[in-house]
Amino acid sequence: MTQVNRPLSPHLQVYKWRVHMMTSIMHRATSVALAAGTILLVWWLTAIATSQSSFDSLQAMLGHWAGRVVLFGITYAAMQHMASGVRHLLMDTGALLELGANRMSAILTYVFAAVSTLVIWACAYGMFGGLV
Amino acid sequence: MHNQRNPLAKVHGLGSAKNGTHHWWMQRVTAIANIPLMLWFVVSMAHSAVADYATLVAWIQQPTVAVLLILLVANVTFHMRLGLQVALEDYIFDHGNRIAAMLIVTFVTVALAALGIFSILKISLGG
Repeated sequence: MTQVNRPLSPHLQVYKWRVHMMTSIMHRATSVALAAGTILLVWWLTAIATSQSSFDSLQAMLGHWAGRVVLFGITYAAMQHMASGVRHLLMDTGALLELGANRMSAILTYVFAAVSTLVIWACAYGMFGGLV
Repeated sequence: MHNQRNPLAKVHGLGSAKNGTHHWWMQRVTAIANIPLMLWFVVSMAHSAVADYATLVAWIQQPTVAVLLILLVANVTFHMRLGLQVALEDYIFDHGNRIAAMLIVTFVTVALAALGIFSILKISLGG
């Protein structure tokens, strides 16, 4: 079959940035981040199953400030992906397709993700009393 | 416009993907299942943020926890496999490269699922 280089439809760079578009990009970006998070989840389970020392070395990495930043990022990615995922499920039913509702629901995904991530981490720290 | 699809193709309702809505539907099913599983897991992790090794092992050895963790690993890896397929289809245009990338994603995903579930069983059955 001969390949014809037909023009592609305009891509990201020609559009003005809007929150709806940003939310769609974030859904894809967080999904890739969560794939890395899934690898970490299996790593964590494998370390626990292997031995105390392998668990301790992983825990030392995750407990380091850089490890905590990564875990915080994965928590945010999970909450953001969940919120925009629920928005997608609602849009599948035909809801939230009007401009105003679409924009407002996109903004709400960030509000939910930010608040829930902060609440989860506040609980995590609150339960063992402050920054260790 | 004249419809050029043959009657059998119309009956099957399948496009060039040679597949119907199954992928799309399973992505939704696993997405919905992920909501309670992930919320449970994240809240549990917040609870046991600095739990020591013995506490964690005892936690996973509870039958309910072990089963929920297995469901979580199975559902997350399934959902991840479906999502990565869509991403690869969007960005890799060469047919051969796309198939190669899909094979790698599939093998890695299944390996992750097997490794995760085996680890949970090993911990909970006291291996």
